[in-house]
Amino acid sequence: MTALLEVRNLRVEFPSRRGTLLALDDISFSIQAGEILGVVGESGAGKSLTGAAIIGLLEPPGRIAGGQILLQGQRIDNLPYEQMRAIRGRRIGAIFQDPLTSLNPLYTVGRQLVETIQTHLKVGAEEARQRALKLLQETGIPAPEARLDQYPHQFSGGMRQRVVIALALAAEPQLIVADEPTTALDVSIQAQIIRLLRGLCKDHGAAMMLVTHDMGVIAETCDQVAVLYAGRVVEIGPVSDVIHSPSHPYTRGLMGSIPAMDEDREELLQIDGAMPRLNAIPAGCAFNPRCPQVLPRCTQQRPELMPAGATRAACWLVPQSAQTPV
Amino acid sequence: MFAFILRRLAQAAIVMLSVAFIAFMLFQYVGDPVSSLLGQDATQEQRESLRQDLGLDQPFPVQFAKFVGNAVQGEFGLSLRQGRKVSTLIAERFPATLELSLAAAVIALVVGVPLGVYAALRRGRFGSQLVMTLSLLGVSLPTFLIGILLILLFSVTLKWLPSFGRGDVVTLGGWTTGLLTVDGWKHLVLPAVTLSVFQLALILRLVRAEMLEVLRTDYVKFARARGLPDRAVYFGHALKNTLVPVITITGLQLGSLIAFAIITETVFQWPGMGFLFIQAVQFADVPVMAAYLCLIALIFVIVNLVVDLLYFAVDPRLRIENPAGGH
Amino acid sequence: MTPAPSVTSTAAPSAIARFLDSDIWFSFKSSPMAIVAAVIAALCLFCSLFAPWVSPHNPFDLASLNLSDARLPPAWLEGGSSKYLLGTDDQGRDLLSALFYGARISLLVGLASVAVSLVVGVGLGLLSGFVGGKTDAFIMRVCDVMLSFPSILVALLIDGVGRAIFPQADERLAFGVLIVAISLSGWVQYARTVRGSTLVERNKEYVQAARVVGVAPLRIMFKHVLPNVMGPVLVLATIQVAAAILTEATLSFLGVGVPPTSPSLGTLIRVGNDFLFSGEWWITVFPGLMLVLIALSVNLLGDWLRDALNPRLR
Repeated sequence: MTALLEVRNLRVEFPSRRGTLLALDDISFSIQAGEILGVVGESGAGKSLTGAAIIGLLEPPGRIAGGQILLQGQRIDNLPYEQMRAIRGRRIGAIFQDPLTSLNPLYTVGRQLVETIQTHLKVGAEEARQRALKLLQETGIPAPEARLDQYPHQFSGGMRQRVVIALALAAEPQLIVADEPTTALDVSIQAQIIRLLRGLCKDHGAAMMLVTHDMGVIAETCDQVAVLYAGRVVEIGPVSDVIHSPSHPYTRGLMGSIPAMDEDREELLQIDGAMPRLNAIPAGCAFNPRCPQVLPRCTQQRPELMPAGATRAACWLVPQSAQTPV
Repeated sequence: MFAFILRRLAQAAIVMLSVAFIAFMLFQYVGDPVSSLLGQDATQEQRESLRQDLGLDQPFPVQFAKFVGNAVQGEFGLSLRQGRKVSTLIAERFPATLELSLAAAVIALVVGVPLGVYAALRRGRFGSQLVMTLSLLGVSLPTFLIGILLILLFSVTLKWLPSFGRGDVVTLGGWTTGLLTVDGWKHLVLPAVTLSVFQLALILRLVRAEMLEVLRTDYVKFARARGLPDRAVYFGHALKNTLVPVITITGLQLGSLIAFAIITETVFQWPGMGFLFIQAVQFADVPVMAAYLCLIALIFVIVNLVVDLLYFAVDPRLRIENPAGGH
Repeated sequence: MTPAPSVTSTAAPSAIARFLDSDIWFSFKSSPMAIVAAVIAALCLFCSLFAPWVSPHNPFDLASLNLSDARLPPAWLEGGSSKYLLGTDDQGRDLLSALFYGARISLLVGLASVAVSLVVGVGLGLLSGFVGGKTDAFIMRVCDVMLSFPSILVALLIDGVGRAIFPQADERLAFGVLIVAISLSGWVQYARTVRGSTLVERNKEYVQAARVVGVAPLRIMFKHVLPNVMGPVLVLATIQVAAAILTEATLSFLGVGVPPTSPSLGTLIRVGNDFLFSGEWWITVFPGLMLVLIALSVNLLGDWLRDALNPRLR
């Protein structure tokens, strides 16, 4: 079955005064229809860039330098602007981090909804308004008729993000790219919004790429998860496997650093060192300076993603015996 | 909103009073009105009696109150230079200045805003850089020099347009207008263009800067991510948000246009208030200076108030006092 | 086992080396406009400051003037002479020399006015932002009132008042009044900008720490807050220099600027204006061109500086 979205060997670079910086280095993953993929990593690992590259909104001077992005088997990374524009919103929706700044303060919520609907679906004004109402209801906004004619500043943070979700779903896309949709919200609201997102995706049959640095969100929501480090995928696999039996030392470090409610621990585990800057990525495996189990091979040869139990990890520690032919 | 209007009116009153105060101080302490009216050879008696007539022997607050009272009615006494009533002089010249300023304002807006938008949207391309360089030239050229160069080109060399005065004017009630005759229009072109250049360059650069800022916001990014066509993104979303702060600045600029008209009127010998003011400064004709000052302050205050009201009309965030809650 | 790091002595790079490696120098080098502007500005500055040595003649030495040489066109036109490269005015003064001397006056007045504006504006802004309370409110109200008046009007007023009060002023006083007039019309921008930055810095931890330790407020203001707010002030000052020069030129053109014995570029333009219609265009155009060159190059530098110092545009 063709994957809904397939990213193959994606490379994104930023030409700069001091040379070209490679921000995404050979990223590959795929998302099936209706599936939710979590993309997790530290700040600067390249999560948001991946999302931006997929919807074709990389900010210049950033540009795709290699690889392919395929939507239902069709390449979309090299499309002319107009064709890509037709895909945005209609087949791929996007949600950004800050609901406060994502909505135009000068237009009513209704107008922004109707505008999006009418851009992609050939419907009249009245039907567009009805659809907008339905969307507001679906996203859990009370008294939607009144809300349609209100301005963004009249909504609270959580409500605004619901409007943003409604806007992203307006043209019924098959894939949603959600970039840290709950980071800017109160903790008490985060759970509600995540549950809403997951529910809506299942209801509409949409797949989702959920970018976040919060493993708790990943655990609750996603089917698969990809762990990013320094612009590379270090581990990818089903959520429960990655969380409970990670193969890559970085992933293990990540999981180990999350305090558990049911454990009595004296120290917070942390990984020594910091993620390297883009202009100082070590040779071989990018994680090798911080890795507690580093081998000489790690400083010389960069590992590819290899099967490791139920997941795939880019690590030379993966025993040959555990690798099963793909 | 009502409270807001009250507050602004109170501020306006304070500004007017401070200006009136300055104008009053001019009257009192700058030069001796008695000497300038009577000349050097007047006797002590004559001075005393004139002093009494002018009310100069009253205590300070009384004089100030009287001054304000008079000022509100537009009564500023006689011009030291021409001997005629200041209010008449100003009333005669006001239409000329107003027409000139309005014409310049229209030119500055109609040309400046679209060019600014263009320069923002086509950033980095040759046309946009050319426009920006020209705008830089516009703020580096002093107004009087622009006027002189235009005269040199269009009046002296090409002999297409006249270089001084207003041409044929038509009197309608208390107003004289040059807009109803072809000759009047011909005389208006060069001065209006001269006056508009600085404002045009400023508006252009402002619109471009604002637009570039707006184009980087999240809501524009989100609009693009929703697949809205460029036209809707640029002119529906970006432009509207750009124009909101531009309104304030433009409003203030329009107020200063009337003051800048001083220079243009001098270069083109346009019979407006500005020309009158310059002659007053050169001659130390205090009543005219004071009256001009108060009138300009009044115009500014009114323009500021109108701009604030416009802001209310355009930006919904200011209108509604209580943001709703709920999750 | 990791190899021992090799011992090499590396002294910290000198200030010059750091500057040459900085982003500012890089963006300067890669902006042809900025380079051209800087060169022109430097040239004008040089010629103006050293006018007595650079000019072929001294246009203000009345003895050396030859009335029969009056109103000569520039050297490349018919009737011109190579002795007076850009022609002469109605008194026989060499225009090229008059340009340099005039530019000198214009630049000096412009720079002096901006210096005064800067000191007054930055000082009041620091005070206003740091002390807060009623002082702040008062200063801001004054700024608001002054901002509602265009600078030219303020300058004209002060100038006119000055004239009325001192009708027989000597040269130095006239210059003083002029400089005060121009600087008083420009200080508000500095005050507001500095106040804004001061308010931001005031709440930062390093200031609070200094206060807790007991450092005197004045010292905090000058040693800690001031360096952090100078960036935008510098940009503003550059642009204001051009504005001040233009304001002075305008005032002189209107006849209420520099005294007639020390003509600036504005005065020269005014003089030349009378001869436009008789065809002697050079008396006005060349001073005008010089004025524009100076203003334009300073403005270009200011523009480039603003873009270079704006971290978001990099």
